Amino acid sequence: MSKQRINWYKYAAPANFYPLAGKMIPLFAIPAAILFVWGLYVGFFVAPPTDAQQHEYYRIIFIHVPAAWMGMFLYVLMALYAGVGWAFNARLGSMMAQAIAPTGAIFTFISLVTGSLWGRPAWGVWWVWDARLTSTLILMFLYIGFISLQSSIDDVRRADRAGAVLAVVGVINVPIIYFSVQWWNSLHQGATITAKSFKMAPEMRTAMLILVGACWLYSIAVVLVRVRHIIREREQEAPWLTESLAEI
Amino acid sequence: MQWASWSEFFSMGGFGFYIWGSYGITFFLLGAEVLMLLKRKHNLTKRAPRLKSHEGQLETSFQEMQ
Repeated sequence: MSKQRINWYKYAAPANFYPLAGKMIPLFAIPAAILFVWGLYVGFFVAPPTDAQQHEYYRIIFIHVPAAWMGMFLYVLMALYAGVGWAFNARLGSMMAQAIAPTGAIFTFISLVTGSLWGRPAWGVWWVWDARLTSTLILMFLYIGFISLQSSIDDVRRADRAGAVLAVVGVINVPIIYFSVQWWNSLHQGATITAKSFKMAPEMRTAMLILVGACWLYSIAVVLVRVRHIIREREQEAPWLTESLAEI
Repeated sequence: MQWASWSEFFSMGGFGFYIWGSYGITFFLLGAEVLMLLKRKHNLTKRAPRLKSHEGQLETSFQEMQ
């Protein structure tokens, strides 16, 4: 254990976080790209061609499950940051929430589209109004609601507060999505991976977990880029920013 | 290598549309997200020099209002 203590509060200030975030971006972006290529290679060339029960379309799972997980994780993270920004008046928290929302919405949309492209050959329908699918659609609307609510209010502090209320209240939807396949009868299959078991062939599991890692790293990199843009847009008049812009 | 030929690989046992559609949309959207962020950065950098003459801008806008 190092005795040197990091002053975390220092990085709660946008002026200090801005250059730190800039340095961290390549540390996440480059491994994300490598993991995407590696995961797809394992998923398409190492995993065996036909699974007895699922046919070839099981290969959609490698991106469907990571996208669905990211949609839920990012929502909780967004609500946490928004809540911290609201409760402690920490403006970086609100900026982080604003930076996470579009990426979360994109992953939720990907999970809905890939799910639909899986449902068509597997169930014979593109969409059913089933608990899992409906609650995921609500998640998507929560993201869109958060983004449009924030952008519709001109006063930044009020926009952050309104967004935080929506984000925090909407968290209730995440456990509903997660447990929906247990609570209600559903066409959607149950959890493939639980703490106790992996109901998948080992190569499939490997491919999926690599892509989960890729999606995480990608999200972190993209959110850091976006939060830097938001800092620049919001703190335009701050002296530290006008001074440091010359270096960028 | 699990595939006998490239055409077998692309047809994916008849499910090529669903599989390539899924991955196509995914990487299209992620690529679009990255491009939009790069464009936003470009716009910010273009605007940056104007920031320094911020006071001058305010004066001209006041004049326009009058």
